[in-house]
Amino acid sequence: MKAFAYVNPSNESDALAALRSGGIVRPLGGGQDLLARLKDYLDEPDRLVSVKGALNREAAATGDGGLRIGAAMRLFEVAEHPEILKRYPALAEAASTVGSPQIRHQGTVGGNLNQRPRCWYFRQEEFVCFKKGGNRCFAADGENQYHSIFGNDGPSKIVHPSSLAVPLVAYGARFRLASASGEREVAAADYFTLPSMQTVQKENVLADDELLTHVILPAPGNVRSGHYEVRFKESRDWPMAFATVVLAMNGPSIDSARVVLGAVAPVPWRAEDAERVLRGRLLDDAAADVAGEAAVRGAKPLAQNAYKIRITRTAVKRAVLAAAGRSV
Amino acid sequence: MAQNDDPAGTVSRRDFIKTVGATSVAAGVLAPAAPVTAQGPAALGPGPVPVNLTINGRARTLQIEPRVTLLDAVRDHANLTGNKRVCDRGTCGACTMIVDGRTVYSCSTLAIDVQGSRIRTVDGLANGDDLHPVQEAFCAADGMMCGFCTPGFVMATVALLEKYPKPTIAQARRELDGNVCRCGTFNRVFEAALSAGGVNRG
Repeated sequence: MKAFAYVNPSNESDALAALRSGGIVRPLGGGQDLLARLKDYLDEPDRLVSVKGALNREAAATGDGGLRIGAAMRLFEVAEHPEILKRYPALAEAASTVGSPQIRHQGTVGGNLNQRPRCWYFRQEEFVCFKKGGNRCFAADGENQYHSIFGNDGPSKIVHPSSLAVPLVAYGARFRLASASGEREVAAADYFTLPSMQTVQKENVLADDELLTHVILPAPGNVRSGHYEVRFKESRDWPMAFATVVLAMNGPSIDSARVVLGAVAPVPWRAEDAERVLRGRLLDDAAADVAGEAAVRGAKPLAQNAYKIRITRTAVKRAVLAAAGRSV
Repeated sequence: MAQNDDPAGTVSRRDFIKTVGATSVAAGVLAPAAPVTAQGPAALGPGPVPVNLTINGRARTLQIEPRVTLLDAVRDHANLTGNKRVCDRGTCGACTMIVDGRTVYSCSTLAIDVQGSRIRTVDGLANGDDLHPVQEAFCAADGMMCGFCTPGFVMATVALLEKYPKPTIAQARRELDGNVCRCGTFNRVFEAALSAGGVNRG
């Protein structure tokens, strides 16, 4: 990797100032994605700003019954946090399956949300794709078995790599973004961006001099949630497709639903058809079936990933069953 | 590899690495300092800077560049070569060390970023010839073939037993999930991990 200078600020404003200190500057969280990218020359910053000591690492109750999670919280802490386990169990479950114990010990909430895609063409220095300023997506007509089946009309066929992003969109979280000139809040659903030729080199709206500092979860209300990941093997790997469902309940019936899919699109993918068919239904086996069917309506597989339609349907079905308290 | 550059075979691989380390320290003396940021702490590097690490209870100051990983700092600069550099991408687990009580991939951690932390490597387990119980258990269960992954598995097992003194097989599988044995000795690794339960020591 290219040599870089290192800054270790102890508070947010120093960290934000350091991001504007000239040249290419990148924030360093747990480093589990960033260091690999530097070693492979996918990114060649002049300076790293270590943000673990500068950003908040707690989960604190908000005034309106929600929860505010600092971006420096480690993934294992999210997975074990009593309030998250109790009120946002799909988020705890997603955190508990990221990578391996070593990755969960080091990896942060901010880093998980802002990691770059796992596409094997993107990860190889030799393939100069759209995301690296090139003029093609090698996955479009290449080895695309792990690529997108939704939202793939644009220039890049990646799937978004973050496991936390999916339950966070499903729970209606917001992200606090800060820069040296101010701060803003963005809904998780609006943070991640589908690739266009103008935006293809990034996966979200975060500016280079901004930090994602907090994840803000609304009060869950009377909801049931479920999360299910389909994996190729039992041990550590990225899931091939997964789903979080969050169901607002009215007695035994579903008032409204959020169904969000992971590893199938360049962003966490809202399955709006599935949300529609769940509305007003009893939460039972039949609901799981129709939600699974509706969730994959409109999927456009690439040459090698039609199998993802079937496992996505299964992921949604089992996530609904999990929300119903059934073991799946 | 380094040894191929030495036809007489008089320079060991380790000596070669030490030489390279010394050269980069000398180069660092001449490296210009990075400009200081407008506010907050100064930037360190990109040339070598003093990095203070506590490795196996011993304080060390290494003169290294900010880009040096914990693994390379420990192996090439502190001369503790027990933990291995295999994938160097946070995938295989051979570099597993315990930092502040938890396993980490030392290849995916910057040394400069763990100053002030308690770093434990496989080199610190044995007391002279007196092996750590986990090391004894790996020998007794024949929990290795080529042995390259073993230092990482041993460290992950030490952490497992500190978390669960008498682990179940499910706990062992989950806590050792970040380590890979390409010879496929997993069953004997698990056997070693379970048999070492209850006899753990620091």
